[in-house]
Amino acid sequence: MVFLTSPANRVEFASMGQPKGLVSENAYTILNEVEEKRASLIAALQKIQARYRYLPETAMRQVAARMGVPVAQVYHVATFYSAFSFKPKGRHIVNVCLGTACYVKGAGLILDRFKRELKVDEGDTTEDGQFTLQAVRCIGCCSIAPAVMVDTETHGYVRQDKVADIIKRHKESKEK
Amino acid sequence: MIKSLADLEKAASEGARSIHPPYLKVMVGAATCGIASGANEVIAAAEESIKLIGNGAVVTRTGCIGMCYEEPLLDILKPGWPRLTYSHVKPEQVAGILEAVKDGKVIKDGLLGKIGEIEDVTRNTRNTRNTHYRYPLESVPPEIAAVENLFGLDFTAKQQHIAMRNCGIIDPESIEEYVARSGYRGLYEVLTGMEPDEVIDMVDKAGLRGRGGGGFGTGRKWRYCKQTEGYRYVICNADEGDPGAYMDRSLLESDPHSVIEGMLIGAYALESRQGYVYVRAEYPLAMQRLQKAIDDAYAHGLLGEGIFGTEFSFNLRIVKGGGAFVCGESTALMASIEGKPGEPRAKYVHTVEKGLWNQPTVLNNVETWNNVPVIAMRGPEWFASIGTEGSKGTKIFSLVGNVNNSGLVEVPMGITLRDITYKIGGGIPGDKRFKAIQTGGPSGGCIPESLLDLKVDFDKLLEAGSMMGSGGMIVMDEDTCMVDVAKFFIEFLKDESCGKCVPCREGLSQMHEILRRITEGQGQESDLDLLEELGKVMQDSSLCALGSSAPNPVLSTLRFFRNEYLAHIREKRCPAGVCTALIKFEITDKCTGCTLCAKNCPVDAIAGEVKKLHVIDQDKCIKCGVCYDVCKFDAVRKQ
Repeated sequence: MVFLTSPANRVEFASMGQPKGLVSENAYTILNEVEEKRASLIAALQKIQARYRYLPETAMRQVAARMGVPVAQVYHVATFYSAFSFKPKGRHIVNVCLGTACYVKGAGLILDRFKRELKVDEGDTTEDGQFTLQAVRCIGCCSIAPAVMVDTETHGYVRQDKVADIIKRHKESKEK
Repeated sequence: MIKSLADLEKAASEGARSIHPPYLKVMVGAATCGIASGANEVIAAAEESIKLIGNGAVVTRTGCIGMCYEEPLLDILKPGWPRLTYSHVKPEQVAGILEAVKDGKVIKDGLLGKIGEIEDVTRNTRNTRNTHYRYPLESVPPEIAAVENLFGLDFTAKQQHIAMRNCGIIDPESIEEYVARSGYRGLYEVLTGMEPDEVIDMVDKAGLRGRGGGGFGTGRKWRYCKQTEGYRYVICNADEGDPGAYMDRSLLESDPHSVIEGMLIGAYALESRQGYVYVRAEYPLAMQRLQKAIDDAYAHGLLGEGIFGTEFSFNLRIVKGGGAFVCGESTALMASIEGKPGEPRAKYVHTVEKGLWNQPTVLNNVETWNNVPVIAMRGPEWFASIGTEGSKGTKIFSLVGNVNNSGLVEVPMGITLRDITYKIGGGIPGDKRFKAIQTGGPSGGCIPESLLDLKVDFDKLLEAGSMMGSGGMIVMDEDTCMVDVAKFFIEFLKDESCGKCVPCREGLSQMHEILRRITEGQGQESDLDLLEELGKVMQDSSLCALGSSAPNPVLSTLRFFRNEYLAHIREKRCPAGVCTALIKFEITDKCTGCTLCAKNCPVDAIAGEVKKLHVIDQDKCIKCGVCYDVCKFDAVRKQ
């Protein structure tokens, strides 16, 4: 095995000089493509999460094996980002916004109401697998606060007494 | 394909025809906020009615003009008329409005304003003086003579739209309409007439500062990056995580090409060939519209190889975030693009030298990139003539919370908080008293009434113990408890701290615990000193800006609202009536026995017969306040 850092090789490497102009552009472009492939770990996990609504252990092991990274690294990424979960999420995701604007307009009470109506705690899924209740920090709809996003649909000016209607509406709607 | 000036002009004339068509056009504001207010239903109703009108009449979507409090908005563009804007449109109203228009009449109900001319701020005045599009007012119906100019309303009069130049005017999914508003012309001028280093000088001279938080000089950042050899990257930070700020979402949903053009100009200046836009997962529509814009730009040859027939090539890709607030921090964001957990690193070596994959990298946010094409077209002197000494240009603020007119507001730097809150925002609803305005997201601070005449720019906000951040402004009225607000931000940051460094991770946990005690009536006066001491340590020793700015909400509320802390500690009382452990609800003898409160109580804590005084069972009561909100006789007392 040749080590570029060993003294003998270092001399040789240095004598090659700094690559200039178009040559360096090409080498860098190739490197960029290689780096991008390695970076696709998060995107792969996002696709698995979207398909299964969670990250099954077998899938994470497969990702690690195929991408040539340790399982620990996959697990590190999967636990870091809140988009991933290890328990299956419901068919509908209820995101109650707890951003500042929503909060000062009583979003905490809206979240409490969802908890009671759905009989789940924040982050949990209803027994029938229909809804997962999550609190999110700002979905960027501050002007119509308090806001709730169910799947990709946003509801504005939510009042406590409208919560049951929102749940009913999405329960009847087809899976998205 | 757009490969030459002639191609650009051809696309522009096509776009101009669809922005101001020679037939009737109905336009509905359909950014996320508009859609949440019912824009899709309005569009469906308009598409149904428009069939009856015929003659090529169309319904189109546009972005958000900033008047979120008036949505859904529907615009009528009829040849010979000024543009008419209707607010709070309900689907069932649409047929009536369109029928009247067909007969040359105007329904005045819901008519918010008219627009006689629209400025194209990007148009280069060196080439033409015609920077305004004037609607040919040939057959204006008499009933709209007295209708107010939309740009003369209290909300709009003090605004100056530069970053929001195309919002609510063009169809965000049409590249031709963007080109018609002098889009990609700045890129053309730069590629064909300027050296890369001249572009950096230009941005530097304009005095543009980063709109994402720190306010670092954009030109300076580019220059530092250029000094380092390597494969340079440009990145757009669209991980708009600050709660209360949503201008970046709105810009991406309303005018995505402006960001692409800005990045192209930056990439040319930095001789970069690859860029990324890091968009947070919570913004599906922004991602979708940006992707469409990127695809269109590739299809027209404005991204990819040999742009405008020059040797300049640039590729751009979207990276979807994973839901982590800390990824708005530059080093964490780059780690996330690399497929790693978004943990920040210490910045002994800056990202302009060693950023993405250890290569020199420039990261700017959406609003910053969006400003660049205007500078390229109008020149740095023009841009620098707007704003204050140290902060040039305009800034978009999201004015939200307890304020009448909530929406996106773009104003020149240096306007006072009072003008923003009372003139543009129309004051506080329900004649409540103003308490504070929170700026700068979780890292910012709360500014009290005594500082309302503060002239808003990067430096003045820092002096007041807050910061510009990305431009969220949350107005808080007397019903907001400042201790609770501080607890809210600390809880947010505690959840979002990546946990890598001790001061941030442990400091936030301890601060949260102390604040929880105070809001539950178990605080001591020495806790306040402890909070200040903890805050100081975190400021001095945290690894990244998330931790070092995290104590700001606590320190600024302690500075300006110490009395509220003391009320919680000494009197076990929450003056605003928010902290549930310190308040209780009671029904007074004003009660008429209407049973409304009992019907609405989610835990059946209210007992009483019809037409008799009701009573709240304090053991069952969860203090949700529904009884207080629904009572029509003011009989529920909160104390």
